[in-house]
Amino acid sequence: MTREVFENRLFGLLKWVSIAFFLVITVFPLVYMISLSFKDIPEVVTNPSDVLPTWEQITNSTTYQDVLRSRDDGGFGFVRFLTNSALVSFLAVFITVFFAIFAAYAAARLQFRGKKTIQSGILAIYLFPAVVTAIPLFVLFTRIRIGDAPLRNNLWSLAIVYLAQTIPLALYMLRSHFQSVPYSLEEAGMVDGLSRAQVIWRITFPLSAPAVAAVSLYVFMIAWNEFLFAFLFMVTQQQNWTLALGLQQLNSTEVPATALMAGSVIISLPVIILFFAAERFLTEGLAAGGVKG
Amino acid sequence: MRAPHYFPMTTRTRRSKRALQEERLGWLMTIPGAVIVFSLIVFPVIWNVVLSLQQIRLIDLQSLQFFNFDANLDNFSRVVGVSAFWPAIRNTIVYAIGGTVLSIGLGMWAALVVRKPFRGRAAVRGFMLFPYVVPVVAATLVWQLMLNPTFGIINEWLTSDGGEPIRFLSSSSFTVELFGFSFDLPLALTMVILFEGWRYFPFAFLFILARLQAIPGELEEAAMVDGATISQRFRHIIMPELRGVISVLVLLRFIWTFNKFDDIFLLTGGEAGTEVITIQIIDWLNGRGEIGSAAALGLILAAILSVMLFIYIKFFYQEDESA
Repeated sequence: MTREVFENRLFGLLKWVSIAFFLVITVFPLVYMISLSFKDIPEVVTNPSDVLPTWEQITNSTTYQDVLRSRDDGGFGFVRFLTNSALVSFLAVFITVFFAIFAAYAAARLQFRGKKTIQSGILAIYLFPAVVTAIPLFVLFTRIRIGDAPLRNNLWSLAIVYLAQTIPLALYMLRSHFQSVPYSLEEAGMVDGLSRAQVIWRITFPLSAPAVAAVSLYVFMIAWNEFLFAFLFMVTQQQNWTLALGLQQLNSTEVPATALMAGSVIISLPVIILFFAAERFLTEGLAAGGVKG
Repeated sequence: MRAPHYFPMTTRTRRSKRALQEERLGWLMTIPGAVIVFSLIVFPVIWNVVLSLQQIRLIDLQSLQFFNFDANLDNFSRVVGVSAFWPAIRNTIVYAIGGTVLSIGLGMWAALVVRKPFRGRAAVRGFMLFPYVVPVVAATLVWQLMLNPTFGIINEWLTSDGGEPIRFLSSSSFTVELFGFSFDLPLALTMVILFEGWRYFPFAFLFILARLQAIPGELEEAAMVDGATISQRFRHIIMPELRGVISVLVLLRFIWTFNKFDDIFLLTGGEAGTEVITIQIIDWLNGRGEIGSAAALGLILAAILSVMLFIYIKFFYQEDESA
């Protein structure tokens, strides 16, 4: 057997072994999470390798209702956390896109003094440790008070601090998008007598809807998954817990693993669905933008 | 006499008027976003320096005068003086290097595997992204359950022949016997590094896959005609092409892993030899209520990171010539 034949066979075999390995490490944890959200812990303890639940276990399970039900009704209050997470995430998306889209257009198309400095400044900031800014922001948002309560007790404050992470990313992704819109289209509009602002509003922005959608999804995922600031700002405010914080807080008390897994499914499902629904243009954006994590 | 001057002059004035308008519009569009980002980062970072020189406790935050104080370096000597400081520095460096190497290694392996088309490739590529997409709180909870000593699936597999269950996330050391040698493995730290590699390999995977697909097919075909085997083509054609993207990945992943807080906090709480600097920072802030000390430790973290980045960029970083 020559070296070439040997290598072809070896790597041909290794390829399938590798695919199997990667499928196990990526898919199995998800299967495990969903399965254990239906199985009672005593059963898991007596037979841990029997992972999949039976059909009866799935249909008879009340775990999801318990997890979602409010605390007053004896549940874990996840509906409240879901609403909080959704509110913060949508706020972050809208504010981010609103500010980033103009700055990104200017960066891609307009000539002005100081442009390079500002842009590289914003991008360099993207690499800055969140922990270092967390302390002063915590102090600031505690000191500023609305009425009697510090600003950090307000859900809005979370959406605002997330902007430090989301605007640079959105700016970077949207700038590469605007650079790909043919300039001749805009020129044609200006020859037809539109002003620069009208060209942006009527030609460029409508063409950018898919890119804006991709950016919005990323921003949504960042805000939805965020833990550090939610923990620092909200840990004493149970009515303001996001899903990530609520789930972590649940873990530190005596709560059955079944409920923790159901909570994990609830927090994971929206992002998984969103991601796979839009996978193609999201992966391209991811490779282009480098989402912080 | 007038005619030759007429056109050039008006176009010049018109152009400069237009340039002026463009300049104004550019600033108008950039400033709002820039102001937000800078006020959420640059201002806090500067203020962080001020805080690190002050003796501020969480409980008297409301009554404090922020810019009227005696500056001193007590916070720095306090955070460096605790016995857990140096272990945390060591853990942070080990964790950052281990997590970076593992995630990029796994990502490269995965990218090479799905590079050529096969049946079900799109689905496999989609599943590869799963660890990265799932919220970190959910991912750490699943790992905790899978590694649970009493009913976790991993211990069930490992101890099916009746061995002792292993406390993966709460053992600071574990004696491994291999080929007659025995050595102590920092088990919990190894687990958080494995978690890091698992969670972030999809990131490296996407970057490397995109770069792989940009390598012209003729290069490899020519090498094949010349009789180069798979491993030779990898060494002499693919690796040189990937050098640039891997340099960038090392930079990004190292910075982000070095500053990582939530993964370790959620997985082990910083127990069992996994305490990194970021966990200590939050402990100074939240646990002990010493805001000034937390700020000082944050500055130390940033300083160490800057030194390591400087060394890396100076001696190891390679720009992607093709990009």
